[in-house]
Amino acid sequence: MSKKVFMKGNEALAEAAIIAGCRYFFGYPITPQNEVPAYFAMRLPQVGGTFLQAESELAAINMVFGASAAGARVMTSSSSPGISLKQEGISYMAGAELPAVVVNMMRGGPGLGSIAGSQGDYFQAVKGGGHGDYRLIVLAPNSVQELADLTVLAFDLADRYRMVCMILGDGFLGQMSEPLVLPTPSGESFDKSDWVLDGAKDRAPRIVRSLRLTPEDALEKLNLRLQEKYHAVEQNETRSEEYMADDAEYLMVGFGISSRLLKAAVHSLRAQGVKAGLFRPVTLWPFPSKQLAACAAGKRRVLVVEMNAGQMVEDVRLAVNGSVPVDFLGRMAGMLPEIKTITERIKNYAA
Amino acid sequence: MQLNTREKVLEKIVFARNALLSEKAHHYCAGCGHGIVHRLLAELIDEFGIAQKTVLIAPVGCGVLAYFYIKVDGCEAAHGRVPAVATGLKRVNPENIVIAYQGDGDLLAIGTAETIHAANRGENITVVFINNALYGMTGGQMAPTSLVGQKTKTSPYGRSAAEAGYPIRACELLNSLEAPVFIERTGVHSVKQIIRTKKALKKGLANQIENRGYSFIEVLSMCPTGWGMKPVKAVEWIENQMVPYYPLENFRDR
Amino acid sequence: MASGRPVIDTALCKGCELCVSVCPQKVLSMSEDTNDRGVPYACFDESDNCTACAFCGQICPEYAIRVIRYERVAEEV
Repeated sequence: MSKKVFMKGNEALAEAAIIAGCRYFFGYPITPQNEVPAYFAMRLPQVGGTFLQAESELAAINMVFGASAAGARVMTSSSSPGISLKQEGISYMAGAELPAVVVNMMRGGPGLGSIAGSQGDYFQAVKGGGHGDYRLIVLAPNSVQELADLTVLAFDLADRYRMVCMILGDGFLGQMSEPLVLPTPSGESFDKSDWVLDGAKDRAPRIVRSLRLTPEDALEKLNLRLQEKYHAVEQNETRSEEYMADDAEYLMVGFGISSRLLKAAVHSLRAQGVKAGLFRPVTLWPFPSKQLAACAAGKRRVLVVEMNAGQMVEDVRLAVNGSVPVDFLGRMAGMLPEIKTITERIKNYAA
Repeated sequence: MQLNTREKVLEKIVFARNALLSEKAHHYCAGCGHGIVHRLLAELIDEFGIAQKTVLIAPVGCGVLAYFYIKVDGCEAAHGRVPAVATGLKRVNPENIVIAYQGDGDLLAIGTAETIHAANRGENITVVFINNALYGMTGGQMAPTSLVGQKTKTSPYGRSAAEAGYPIRACELLNSLEAPVFIERTGVHSVKQIIRTKKALKKGLANQIENRGYSFIEVLSMCPTGWGMKPVKAVEWIENQMVPYYPLENFRDR
Repeated sequence: MASGRPVIDTALCKGCELCVSVCPQKVLSMSEDTNDRGVPYACFDESDNCTACAFCGQICPEYAIRVIRYERVAEEV
């Protein structure tokens, strides 16, 4: 039987990153993810890696740019305001096709906001945040176990597609401690030799950049290639989970910490004779639209529960495309929706 | 027995374009100092035999395409972030020789934090700072290095110290830090200064090759287009206006 | 007798005149006509006064000037 350890989310993700072969971390303190840099500071020297506390989140993402261009598996982590600072660097990495893993332990916003966990950065993660036509692979774990598992996956996805992969967590996930089995690396290796900057020895010099100024070196060509890549990701990497959804009449949709509440709500409702089920996107980009549309078909109502003013609900509505009514229930600024409130809403539909 | 001899004249090339400089003509304005510094770097990279180990990081500014002009690996950086990108590259591949090439805005405006902290950490890199006292690429706006009274696109009445503060002396600023091992200010406005610049760049690269730490070379450079004067006048402007404020000296050589 | 000569690639010249200004021997001047860039270009006066000091080459930002020094050697007939 695999050994279980009891770890805080922030620390589990750092250990999982090291398991995945990440030996470089550049970050900056911000609540509620401070355990991430602290853990790396303690652990990376033990495995011959490099931890550097950068002068800002902005500097950190640019250190990631350089380290990634040099061929390393590299991570940075922050929380909402710091992720805003990283947007420029993320856009640059998307254009230069540099792989890396960026962790956002969301907190209340906008602005300095609060230090409690929230889900207010869905739009920023999934719809852009930085400038230009680009995508991030966005993973939304809902437990410490899944956080660790998806961290290992994130490095593989980043290297496989030469993209930035974001782990969209929240303050609750980062701070909570749960038992988990530490993941094992996939063992897949990725050949970076045709693009890394390691000195032009026995090969022509090359440049890592997102800049394409001249017509014969056109930016549109790059963008078309990026779009092709993103299409492949959409075909291959969508992930979601359904819970008691097959015979459900009312389908609840949530990601991350909200989905934990929704699972409890499903149990509570079923105990009261209401056929409720849960659809949980795990990849927020690519969004599991097909799977959600199929799951929602024939349901009486869909209720999307998020800890924001209504962000993922837009993608749910797009996926469902008018075939089922979609409602929203949310709390903001780090307030957790009460399970009672959720179940009451569903029972109102049933009445 | 006396041999019959005659004098034969051999032609020896004493100065020619280095093979590491790209054949592609660069885009800099007539009389701009960038071309001269690129040549010195190419020659030194060749002399040290490090072309296969060098990564040149280009800034945002007139030098944004610098990596097209010297035949070594090149890397982009967002505006001001060259020292952070350099840190990432160097920490992952310490055997690479990382050259951080920056202008006024990159180094002293948007990138001030990155500049100071890479120097403060003593990153084993070579930072080349091209000081032309304004923002060239974007049309000639005031820079942190613009002189009091200097007219630019965003200081049309001349820089006012009360409004915009005083010009920043990068070498003196970094000289307050413990870690850097080499700090020098030179120019490219005369052959004598060009030779000094090459010596300073040579020291900066040697320090990196020998893992001795952080080197910083500030080069006062002509910007005829930005200053609205012919190159020969731009040379005079450096001598008469810039040098009194930005002394050409070595500040540190450990 | 001449010590050397500069060889100027007039197509690369951007007409900055820096070489003219630094030449200690004053053997350089700007042409009357223009090159394909539309600017006057640097010219050598073909005199014997060049000392092959290469100041012109050193300051040229376009690497347009190559400098040749003459070495006189005795050769058996």
